[in-house]
Amino acid sequence: MILPLFWAFATLSLLAIGGANAVLPEMHRLLVEVHGWMDDATFGQLFALAQAAPGPNILAASVMGWNIAGPAGLAAATLGMLLPASVLAWCVAGLTARLAKSPWLKPAQFGLVPVAVGLIAASGVIMAEAAGNGWLPWVVIAASAAFVWRTAFSPLWVLAAGGVLGFVFL
Amino acid sequence: MTPTRGQLFLAYLRIGLTGFGGVNAWARQLLVEKKGWLSDQQYAEALGMGQVLPGPNALNCAIAIGARFHGAAGAALATLGLLLGPMAVLVCVAAAYDRYGQLPLVRAVLTGIAAAAAGMVLGTAVKMAVKLRPTPLLWLTGALALALAMLHVPLPLVLLGLAPLGIWAASR
Repeated sequence: MILPLFWAFATLSLLAIGGANAVLPEMHRLLVEVHGWMDDATFGQLFALAQAAPGPNILAASVMGWNIAGPAGLAAATLGMLLPASVLAWCVAGLTARLAKSPWLKPAQFGLVPVAVGLIAASGVIMAEAAGNGWLPWVVIAASAAFVWRTAFSPLWVLAAGGVLGFVFL
Repeated sequence: MTPTRGQLFLAYLRIGLTGFGGVNAWARQLLVEKKGWLSDQQYAEALGMGQVLPGPNALNCAIAIGARFHGAAGAALATLGLLLGPMAVLVCVAAAYDRYGQLPLVRAVLTGIAAAAAGMVLGTAVKMAVKLRPTPLLWLTGALALALAMLHVPLPLVLLGLAPLGIWAASR
């Protein structure tokens, strides 16, 4: 199980243009649907925990690895998620200054952003489906979306508020 | 000004641990404004490359900045510094979830947090889309990405199809 786990995340690593949120639908497809390593609700909760913790969101992979196969799973998922992309980043690091001035960089940056935004929206929908059983979760989802969209406060406030509402009403 | 290896590691350790909800804003503030190791322009270039490359932007950026000051050792130190703190926190979180995740009360709190996180991701997508002010073609690219992901099309295929479309649309 450790090796398939490593490969699953290693594939994700090279596809993660736009960070963890953009790769979430594929992570869900692989872990929940293809391999059946966890259910919908667990997936959503682990991802939420990773969002609430400090550091790059991509470390959600580590938490999921731990849930699937303990410490060895954590190591496999983390290495898989980080190694391929890091090696690539290292390979082009020396070229950064030159590449930054090349004419294709701007279109590449701007052209990939809409793809990433679409994928992030899909992540949101998938997580909402996993979390939204009953009216209260849907109210929380809508309120939190509006809060993050319209205000500049740290999103940690919504996560904390969601936890408190769950504690009181669920 | 060039930081020593130790300074580089400590700076990234700090960035990793303070970086709630996205690391990049914290990294810029520390490296450019407080320490003055990089100019705004240099940081923006490193970040721009980090965004085009796959993998977490912040990590790609850390590798490029570490490598710039101390080669391979610098890249490794910046990576370790960035990830060590958050990893330690997450190991505790994961272990606690294993142990207490099924308790009804914990489950209720986590459902609330998961719902809030779902809304947060949706809100982020809306915010980014509005800020981008996309042309109709770029809207179409984003909408197609959303639709294909919802239809469970494997991501490699989605990217192969839509990355060229997006880049073409952006260059017009």
